[in-house]
Amino acid sequence: MIPLVGAHARRLLIGACACVLVLLASAPPALAIDPVQMPTPELQARYLALIQEFRCPVCQNETLADSNEDVAGEVRRQIRTMLLQGKTDAQIRDYLVSRYSEFILFKPEYSLRNAWLWLLPVALLALGTVVALRVIRARAALVGEDDDQEDGDLGPRVDSR
Amino acid sequence: MSSNEAQTARGRLSFNRFLIPIAVFMLLATVLAVGVKHSPDVGVIHSPLIGKPAPVWSLPLLADARRSFGSQNLRGQWYVLNVWGTWCYACRDEHQSLLAIAQHTAVPIIGIDWRDDDAQARSWLAQLGDPYATVATDHDGRLAIDWGVYGAPETFLVNPSGVVLFKQIGPMTPDVWQKEFASRLPPGLARGHS
Repeated sequence: MIPLVGAHARRLLIGACACVLVLLASAPPALAIDPVQMPTPELQARYLALIQEFRCPVCQNETLADSNEDVAGEVRRQIRTMLLQGKTDAQIRDYLVSRYSEFILFKPEYSLRNAWLWLLPVALLALGTVVALRVIRARAALVGEDDDQEDGDLGPRVDSR
Repeated sequence: MSSNEAQTARGRLSFNRFLIPIAVFMLLATVLAVGVKHSPDVGVIHSPLIGKPAPVWSLPLLADARRSFGSQNLRGQWYVLNVWGTWCYACRDEHQSLLAIAQHTAVPIIGIDWRDDDAQARSWLAQLGDPYATVATDHDGRLAIDWGVYGAPETFLVNPSGVVLFKQIGPMTPDVWQKEFASRLPPGLARGHS
């Protein structure tokens, strides 16, 4: 298993792993950061969906729902206020993007401007396929050429595959 | 297969063998170069507010919380909006710069005391000096969110038509002031009347 450590150390390590697992399993759900009850279940559902949709402005990879940063709390409150004012999800999205740019969208918008980012992998795959096919065909042609060699059409060949 | 065809096939192969990897390399290099150029500072969110009208705001004054102050009071004039807080280390760093700038420019620096305790803010200004023409308090971050602030200090330059011309993220320095703020101001204002 772990050859370089003794049995005692190994038992300690297993114990530590178990502790981490227990801690992870008992981690409170993200909502506990900022328990909020909106007046209607519909608003509550929209609120919970919205805070999953935006990124905490000062974190690289955390949604508003997951972050306990002060700024994230302020943005969450702003979203609640706007929901209570009867703003639509689209209005709230536009508002935040106009303040914090698309950075705040946890899942970036698919737009003409960033389409290449989404399409590039597909294009590269297609390009790779074309290249591979051409190389394979060209090699097949060389093999055919080797067969023709007995006819004496070509001189002696050095490179052979 | 005739020898001619075979030769063309071989020619094409060696042609591909050099051209395609070079093309792929150039493509990749271009993509990476663009990527590197466009992310000079990871974590900095470029403000979409630049060139747009500043959000309308009104907040209680630090000096007297019963009175409010805001964009109404600043209509038709240049102003600098500086978001700070006593909890913010970088704000302490920039404080000397703000004091020096306030002495040399006629543009009012409006302080927004963000998410702070009023008494602490007052004693900070009493101790370190007060570069602000006016200080308003934003206890719950309403202005901060509206202006897209995500960390203090942040400093905005607003022109008389109420349009945001520049946003400095991080401490103000004399260098930043010269390059980004003074250069956008009318010469008389930048130098001040003092």
